[in-house]
Amino acid sequence: MSIDIDTARRVAHLARIAVDEKDLPALAGELSNILDFMEQLNEVDVEGIEPMTSVTPMRLKRRADVVTDGGMQDKILSNAPDAREGFFAVPKVVE
Amino acid sequence: MLDLTYTAPAPKVIAGAKDDWELVIGMEIHAQVSSNAKLFSGASTTFGAEPNSNVAFVDAAMPGMLPVINEYCVEQAVRTGLGLKAEINLFSAFDRKNYFYPDLPQGYQISQLYHPIVGEGEVLVEMGPGVARLVRIERIHLEQDAGKSIHDMDPNMSFVDLNRTGVALMEIVSRPDIRGPEEAAAYVTKLRQILRYLGTCDGNMQNGNLRADVNVSVCRPGAYEKYQATQDFGHLGTRCEIKNMNSMRFIQQAIEYEARRQIAILEDGGSVVQETRLYDPDKGETRSMRSKEEAHDYRYFPCPDLLPLEIEQGWVDDIAASLPELPDEKKARFMGDFGLTDYDASVLTADTANAAYFEAVAEGRDGKLAANWVINELFGRLKKEDHDISESPVSPAQLGGIIDLITKGDISGKIAKDLFEIVYTEGGDPAQIVEARGMKQVTDTGAIEAAVDDIIAANPAQVEKAKANPKLAGWFVGQVMKATGGKANPKAVNDIVSAKLGL
Repeated sequence: MSIDIDTARRVAHLARIAVDEKDLPALAGELSNILDFMEQLNEVDVEGIEPMTSVTPMRLKRRADVVTDGGMQDKILSNAPDAREGFFAVPKVVE
Repeated sequence: MLDLTYTAPAPKVIAGAKDDWELVIGMEIHAQVSSNAKLFSGASTTFGAEPNSNVAFVDAAMPGMLPVINEYCVEQAVRTGLGLKAEINLFSAFDRKNYFYPDLPQGYQISQLYHPIVGEGEVLVEMGPGVARLVRIERIHLEQDAGKSIHDMDPNMSFVDLNRTGVALMEIVSRPDIRGPEEAAAYVTKLRQILRYLGTCDGNMQNGNLRADVNVSVCRPGAYEKYQATQDFGHLGTRCEIKNMNSMRFIQQAIEYEARRQIAILEDGGSVVQETRLYDPDKGETRSMRSKEEAHDYRYFPCPDLLPLEIEQGWVDDIAASLPELPDEKKARFMGDFGLTDYDASVLTADTANAAYFEAVAEGRDGKLAANWVINELFGRLKKEDHDISESPVSPAQLGGIIDLITKGDISGKIAKDLFEIVYTEGGDPAQIVEARGMKQVTDTGAIEAAVDDIIAANPAQVEKAKANPKLAGWFVGQVMKATGGKANPKAVNDIVSAKLGL
């Protein structure tokens, strides 16, 4: 499987990563190498083996339905480039 | 076990310029779990709070913060699945759905694409007595809600509130089994009713706690049957998805408009493009939401922050054992045990509060009489003042007391209505009111006979006329009722008048 320049450009756009046109061929090559390696891994016969989801035998940790957090509007907004009247203010987005 | 017999309704047919067309509709309902805290954080879910105050660092996607699942939300998804007679998956897992939008700080929504917690189930949607559509449920998965963007507070900026970000949603996905706008609305109504019975979602559509995405396609008559026989979507038309509707009326209008739009395209020799559309209620039309270049590619992958969700059968069994009686069963029981009509049973089981009220009134009394009084008198009176059952000034015991007085023959049906109005506006014990205000029906034949004799003696001319024309006996009955203040037992008066006039 190989990633061409158009696919690399598209993936970068979807991830909102700015990539210079001249860097695209190298990026496409790297992505292709990664996929090639995956394909190599796919050759291993794993029939009947349960996928491993964690390296430690742990159960998903659960929480009780209790409000323990929040009430810190100032902290939530403190990194925002622009905030007004308690809201994040962002360039207009309308669909 | 429940044995409901019904026939499927006919699909809606729309006549195009050239041909007849049928609709095929599938729905995705987003139901907010009624929980105190969010799906993966300890922030509150309260509606209408100060902007960005119900937000934990997890919800704001601050670096290094990790999600921890709210067990109650998992339980509610399982409960909902059981209520829809669905299979519960003891193994499920969370995936990331990646996209960028200002109200989604993580840059992805945590959802369950590959292994949803609930599998196939069904909902029976009644369209009238004995007519119902069985809609298959494909799956229910848990996912995070997004935040809210407000576009009208500033001309150049959008304002973002993350209070709703991360609130638990159940996405309930149906198969394309719905065949018309009315059925779509009835499906949402039924699902909402079940969710409210289960207590897993409050069903408040105005606040957006229940929202629908509707997939609409059109096909020629006969094509849908081929799909049902083979489950091959190739027999169906290309669908469009209308996003995010929270009104039954808009859902129906949007489907109607969208179907006609697609038919016009097809009859013009064009083809429908699969896309996401928005319904504009002001213009009454749907419009394309995302252009093709921007077509979403969500690049789902398993969420590395969360282990798979494994639950035990014993826990599921405990939840199953705690399920309330559901609408279909309750309705069947009301029809069977109380002899109610399909319509009355539907009205009384519309929500649990109505049903509980009725049952309290009907306990040990005639079910049909109780249903009449609850539906016609009480609901009618409450509706006049725009009150719901929880605001009723008349308790089930009071209404039951009125019915007892009717059954015992102490008051007539007409007096009972006056009594109801007194109890509704002034309160009090019906039996005491009847006693204190002398509203008791006179069944003492001696007293009635005396009243009849007086009237006959005072109106010899009328007596002659009545003897010639027995229909005029009604005039005497009226006079006697008047003389006794409406308290005389009408049947006894009738009998005595007829006897005295020799009719």
